[in-house]
Amino acid sequence: MKHVVSISDLSKKQISSILKRAKELVPVAKGKKKSKSLDGKILATCFFEPSTRTRLSFETAMQRLGGTCIGFADPSATSHLKGETLVDGIKMVAGYADAVVLRHPQEGSAHLASENSEVPIINGGDGAGQHPTQTLLDLFTIKEEMKKLEGLNVGMLGDLRYGRTVHSLSHALAKFNNKLSFISPDSLSMPSHVTDDLSCKWSSHNSIDEVLNKLDVLYVTRIQKERFPDMEEYKKVAKAYIISSDLLKNAKSSMRILHPLPRVTEISTDVDNTKHAAYFRQAFNGVPVRMALLEQLLGGKK
Amino acid sequence: MTDNLMRVQPIRNGTVIDHIKAGRGQKILDTLNLVDKGTTITLLMHVPSKKNSSKDVIKIEDRELSDSESQKLALLSPKAHVNIIRNFVVAEKNVVPLPESISDMAICPNDNCISNNERGAKSKFSIINGDSLNIQCVYCGRKIAEDNIKFI
Repeated sequence: MKHVVSISDLSKKQISSILKRAKELVPVAKGKKKSKSLDGKILATCFFEPSTRTRLSFETAMQRLGGTCIGFADPSATSHLKGETLVDGIKMVAGYADAVVLRHPQEGSAHLASENSEVPIINGGDGAGQHPTQTLLDLFTIKEEMKKLEGLNVGMLGDLRYGRTVHSLSHALAKFNNKLSFISPDSLSMPSHVTDDLSCKWSSHNSIDEVLNKLDVLYVTRIQKERFPDMEEYKKVAKAYIISSDLLKNAKSSMRILHPLPRVTEISTDVDNTKHAAYFRQAFNGVPVRMALLEQLLGGKK
Repeated sequence: MTDNLMRVQPIRNGTVIDHIKAGRGQKILDTLNLVDKGTTITLLMHVPSKKNSSKDVIKIEDRELSDSESQKLALLSPKAHVNIIRNFVVAEKNVVPLPESISDMAICPNDNCISNNERGAKSKFSIINGDSLNIQCVYCGRKIAEDNIKFI
């Protein structure tokens, strides 16, 4: 493993080993134990597009392991605006750091960067493309919450058409032999280029009521206003896919709800205090998972 | 006179592309830009064929195809045969193999793909030859069906 551009770059074995190491690193991620495994290493975080969670969790992960970070959170402060190409920028940064996290608004940018970099490139999200570390932390969360990663019935709800997190997660969960239930309005259903490649059982539904009591995990995504030409239609659809504590009475008591965050109205705040809510723990899990990945790529001592 | 009435005249030197998917000949001429190159070209369309019900045939005089032209041809009509004619005799006969990937030869239809936005970047596609022929952008992952490939 040299670069991590897409979750499909990682084998099932590599994913399992990252999740295992992430579990061991939880106390370090919480600051309860100290580690110097990446002492002296430098991570560059190059964010050509804003992202709070991804950037901050990478920086926390690196520093908890004794490494340091350089980088930028806003391309307006860089030579990018002077017309510098991504390739030139990456070649420069690769000379300054031991690994690079790249967030860029265009699809394929991380792949292009990986072709031009001596040091590992980690894709921190490329437009509507891939975001492999989000998938890893989603898998880690499911494993931690459910105590296993196989044989689960995982529901995905909301914008399945444009949501890149659910596309990558579907592929990854299929590798681990789970059943997937896709719940969305027809206009936002899971695209065929995703379902065509799924090696597991899956089904599509318009209403959550059809499957709620069978689900072990419910992964909720935001339905974005921009996807609807008509505001009335948006309000109608968004309302039909809201998760409230009332609705959850029909769910298994062990069912867990995940959400990549930020959340708007799709999960009512009254769900936060139920046993189902796992999304804040999921956000924390970004730290140990990224620590484990950085150790693998940078050859940190265990 | 009889020569002029014959459907096809043999050529002395050049290239005969045979077994082209029926109706695809014009697109091959356009995509390979063959007509602009000044040599005599004959296009036969919907010629009865033993292998398929009909085929197109292109005869190009005094010229052979370059590697990049052959690769484009393979994508446009995967089963086409290329015959090199020297002194009225077929000197070589090949089915052009499909390349595993093509570079700087087609355009990714995704406007937000880095290959369309980075100065100096070259497009790159892998070839997926399953039930139907598709190409896939190695950068953004977009898949394009054979009929929709936009060549440079």
